[in-house]
Amino acid sequence: MFSRLEPPAARTVRITVDGASIACGEGDSVAAALLAAGIDACRDTAVSGTARGPFCMMGVCYDCLVGIDGQPNQQACMTRVREGMVVNRQLGAREVKA
Amino acid sequence: MASANSSSSSSVFDVAVIGGGLVGSAIAYGLRGSVESVAVLDEGDVALRASRGNFGLVWLQSKGYGMGAYSHWTLRSTRLWPQLAARLLDETGIDVALEQKGGLTPLMGDHEIEARLAWVERLMAQPGVEPYEWKLLDHHQAAALVPGLGADVTGAIWTPHDGIVNPLKLLRALHAAFARGGVSYLPNHGVEKIEHSAGMFHLRTAARCIHARKIVLASGLHNGALGAQVGIDLPMAPQRGQIIVLERTRRLLDTPMVTLRQNDEGSWLVGDSQEDAGYADHVTTLPVLATLADRAVRTLPALGDVRAVRAWSALRVRAKDGFPVYEQSARHPGAFIATCHSGVTLAAIHAFTLAPMIAAGALAPALDGFSTRRFHVQSA
Ligand SMILES: Cc1cc2nc3c(=O)[nH]c(=O)nc-3n(C[C@H](O)[C@H](O)[C@H](O)COP(=O)(O)OP(=O)(O)OC[C@H]3O[C@@H](n4cnc5c(N)ncnc54)[C@H](O)[C@@H]3O)c2cc1C
Ligand code: FES
Repeated sequence: MFSRLEPPAARTVRITVDGASIACGEGDSVAAALLAAGIDACRDTAVSGTARGPFCMMGVCYDCLVGIDGQPNQQACMTRVREGMVVNRQLGAREVKA
Repeated sequence: MASANSSSSSSVFDVAVIGGGLVGSAIAYGLRGSVESVAVLDEGDVALRASRGNFGLVWLQSKGYGMGAYSHWTLRSTRLWPQLAARLLDETGIDVALEQKGGLTPLMGDHEIEARLAWVERLMAQPGVEPYEWKLLDHHQAAALVPGLGADVTGAIWTPHDGIVNPLKLLRALHAAFARGGVSYLPNHGVEKIEHSAGMFHLRTAARCIHARKIVLASGLHNGALGAQVGIDLPMAPQRGQIIVLERTRRLLDTPMVTLRQNDEGSWLVGDSQEDAGYADHVTTLPVLATLADRAVRTLPALGDVRAVRAWSALRVRAKDGFPVYEQSARHPGAFIATCHSGVTLAAIHAFTLAPMIAAGALAPALDGFSTRRFHVQSA
């Protein structure tokens, strides 16, 4: 499990991940918050269904995709946590409703 | 990709193919077995490469307006495609994701329908076109093939022969087959000069000189310049195409459209424009991308909230009139040239029909119409 190098931010923000409430430091990216909470597999790949987690933490690998507030395929590392945010681990490819 | 085979550096190849894109690779693949030794000389990563930027359609409808033989050639390639895909899977383990379940050209409004219908009827009536099944579908018939089809699509031309592959997997599979099947792939071997003496071709690259009994010019947009060195005057006219890639989703679209498809891994490709932009393949332009996106969303409104992840432009390899060019040099027999605008679609016939002709040393008379002589008709 990852641990923080620096003490967490003074203010705490709560988000919900797959129904569970998690406390994060203000200013954390969603990816950092997930890792700090011990969630390292945030999605399954679209093709083979292999579990994946944040890898680059800078927006290029797309391994950190999650659903955020109902929007699928969001990059967790490029999004900061907000009070009340609802995050879902993304299982397989997102769906398009035709 | 296979690396240069150093033991071959001093030897003479039976055939050297210049260019490792889809055209050169399909030909080299087809040459294995019929000749002893094949080399593929390719540039480094700086090259213009349509083979890495295309839309991946195996497509018959719309091909051959103005040259019936091109329609027939394309039809034959679409029939050979299942065999190519099966062989590549068998030899390399790479599934190129061929799907030939038919394809659609979506049409919006009476004007587009009438114009397209008249165009297809003229195309089919040309000499040299082998008749094949096609239909004009109305909105409801098309909607049965495309879930969520937009109301703006009032009709569509359908043929059962059209399909898709994953073009990057195709290129990879061909190159993987080289590694197994005795083709020497030589990257960073841009050919600067072609010399011909005593029945032997000498290909000068910055690094060294490669010798071969026969050569095939398959260097994409460089074929014009290389052709001149073997006495073939090939007027080239690159045509830029832009493509937008949307994020992966679960599979929804099984019937590809000429400007919208979903690939085997779920990505959506929205394409592809046709612009005369010289050799500028390093820019994408907002007006073109906006038009492509707008038409895609009118075709399939559910795509409205699917995000774009990237866009690119690439140059189509085209002779001036847009039709393929196949020819053996009259001045330097043993030097062949191959250029085409649909290197994905034609990969199967290049491998199974064109390559054996090159191995045998003569193109069939049926290919006469594809020579550059068509550009050099005396003007009255
Ligand atoms: C936007 C777009 C969409 C397309 N969509 C489709 C489609 O849906 N279906 C379809 O069938 N086709 C499609 N095409 C066309 C198809 O991609 C091309 O016909 C095909 O890739 C051409 O292959 P090529 O090998 O001739 O050229 P290239 O891919 O350009 O390869 C040429 C190769 O030659 C090498 N080379 C150049 N000069 C030299 C030299 N002097 N010495 C050694 N090597 C050299 C280069 O390094 C390069 O690897 C599309 C093209 C574009 C641009
Ligand atoms: S962790 Fe790589 S894109 Fe988010």
